[in-house]
Amino acid sequence: MKDKKLGKLYNDGEVIIKQGDKGNCLYVIQEGLVDVILETPEGDIRVAQLGETEFFGEMGLFEEDVRSCTIRAVGEARILTIDKRNFMKSIHRDSSLAYRLLEKMSQRLREANKKIGHTDIAWHASK
Amino acid sequence: MTSMATSGIELADGSRIAVIGGGPAGSFFSYYALEYAARLGLDVSIDIFEAKDFTKIGAAGCNHCGGIVSESLVQELATDGIVIPTDIIQRGISTYTMHTELGSQVIEAPSDEQRIAAVFRGCGPKGCLDKNVKGFDNFLLGLCLEKGARVIQEKVTRLQRVEDGIMVGYSKSEPSKYDLVVGAAGLNKTTLEMFREICPSFTLPRETRAYISEFFMKTADIQTCLGNSMHVFLLDLPQITFGALIPKENYVTLVLLGTDIGKEVVQNFITSDQVRSCFPADFPVERTVACQCYPYINVDRGQHPYADRVVLIGDSASSKLYKNGIGAAFITGKAAASAAVLEGIGETNFKKYYAPVCRDLDRDNLVGKLIFLVTKLIQKSSLLKRGLLDMVGREQTSEKSSFRMSSALWDTFTGSAGYRNIFQRFLHPMLLLGLSRSTVVSNIPPFNSKRHERQETRQTLQ
Repeated sequence: MKDKKLGKLYNDGEVIIKQGDKGNCLYVIQEGLVDVILETPEGDIRVAQLGETEFFGEMGLFEEDVRSCTIRAVGEARILTIDKRNFMKSIHRDSSLAYRLLEKMSQRLREANKKIGHTDIAWHASK
Repeated sequence: MTSMATSGIELADGSRIAVIGGGPAGSFFSYYALEYAARLGLDVSIDIFEAKDFTKIGAAGCNHCGGIVSESLVQELATDGIVIPTDIIQRGISTYTMHTELGSQVIEAPSDEQRIAAVFRGCGPKGCLDKNVKGFDNFLLGLCLEKGARVIQEKVTRLQRVEDGIMVGYSKSEPSKYDLVVGAAGLNKTTLEMFREICPSFTLPRETRAYISEFFMKTADIQTCLGNSMHVFLLDLPQITFGALIPKENYVTLVLLGTDIGKEVVQNFITSDQVRSCFPADFPVERTVACQCYPYINVDRGQHPYADRVVLIGDSASSKLYKNGIGAAFITGKAAASAAVLEGIGETNFKKYYAPVCRDLDRDNLVGKLIFLVTKLIQKSSLLKRGLLDMVGREQTSEKSSFRMSSALWDTFTGSAGYRNIFQRFLHPMLLLGLSRSTVVSNIPPFNSKRHERQETRQTLQ
């Protein structure tokens, strides 16, 4: 029964956020999977796949910049939006809410560093 | 096993915590206490004492509540990685319908997604034959079990302070010593009196009776008559401050809040035209109540809900007036867990890090009382009711509207924002101006008929 689910339903391939668009909310996956796509002049690169309870769009909460990647539903995905206003109000009362976000952002930064490191080594090796 | 720090008593490796009550407050405390302890690398154990079996149908497994998980709580839980599973959610609520004797008005959610969950606290009402029904309280308790808490399905019969801990006695077993005892027993007087033995300055919260009942209905009928909308009633009926119908999958939950609600008050409410109109024409509302109760609700905080090695949370301490009791359980449970694990379990620690959270809820409730006083005025005044319906109607049909009244009412009904925040928004000059204009226009016949003509023309054009 679809009425028993929270969030908004996205169909297979539907774009949830678009790289380059402005955005100021966080998204939490309630059900299903999403692909994180980096759009480059050479074509789309899938940089990660996220599943239930994972979040994306967190950079929009802290910066005024545009979305750095496109997020696309893989199969049917149900996504809950966390508004910046609600999030900031909650954080003001309970700063521990930011912990999971910081933990995940730190993990993503570490993974990104690893990838850059590998690319760097490969580039030096090719020279 | 605790350590003495300069700031008071602290939990240490091997510390034991007893949580009396396994409802949302007890579960949120346990979940976050274990989470914070893990982050610190602290090895503490938690025993949750809960005599009820939340997998049972009817009163035996129910904590007597309307079962709404607010928009703000759904979002906070999601941010913390807790997604309420589909099999717990009876229905996602996407709109509110406000009913008065003068008409009804639908208030759409600020976003186009379902963010409010209607749930059963237990495993369904008395007589429920659906084996797939799962309750919210059992889901939360399950999260605590996954984190390593132990559930002891026993009634605590005795609490006694000893030199370096609290003895917890329960039927069938010898008393056991704990470093910290957490009171999450709701408004259970016997248990709260027991807490006064170990927390002498604690005074019990003030309470009043509410009314909750469940109507069994076909899913298709619920969809047709109520949809995914929570129906709230601002009717001029004595003793009723707030009435709501919450659609679930096969049941509709009726919640009445007010003063000393008894059978006659309930009958007056359910037989009113506005409530009858939410059911199929041939539905015998007076005779089809599957399950009903008159639970107590917290209307004024318990004073000083902490002492060395003791803290009371949820309804046992402070709640949110009339709304979002599960949200208040989350706020107090999490705040007490953070104070206990990160700061210490002495009275001074709770006074410094936990009491402000309770005080904040209480201050908010004072403003809440004022809001409900104004609501009472509106309930009694046809002029204001017309004005309110007119203003909400205008906002909901206009694309340019700033939705000031709709969003303030949305947060009042959903409990998604604090009462102080809502009150500030109600006092916005543009909202007051809009309401005054709507009150005049909707109550003066020439204006009123012209407006209706304009609305009809607009609808025809659409």
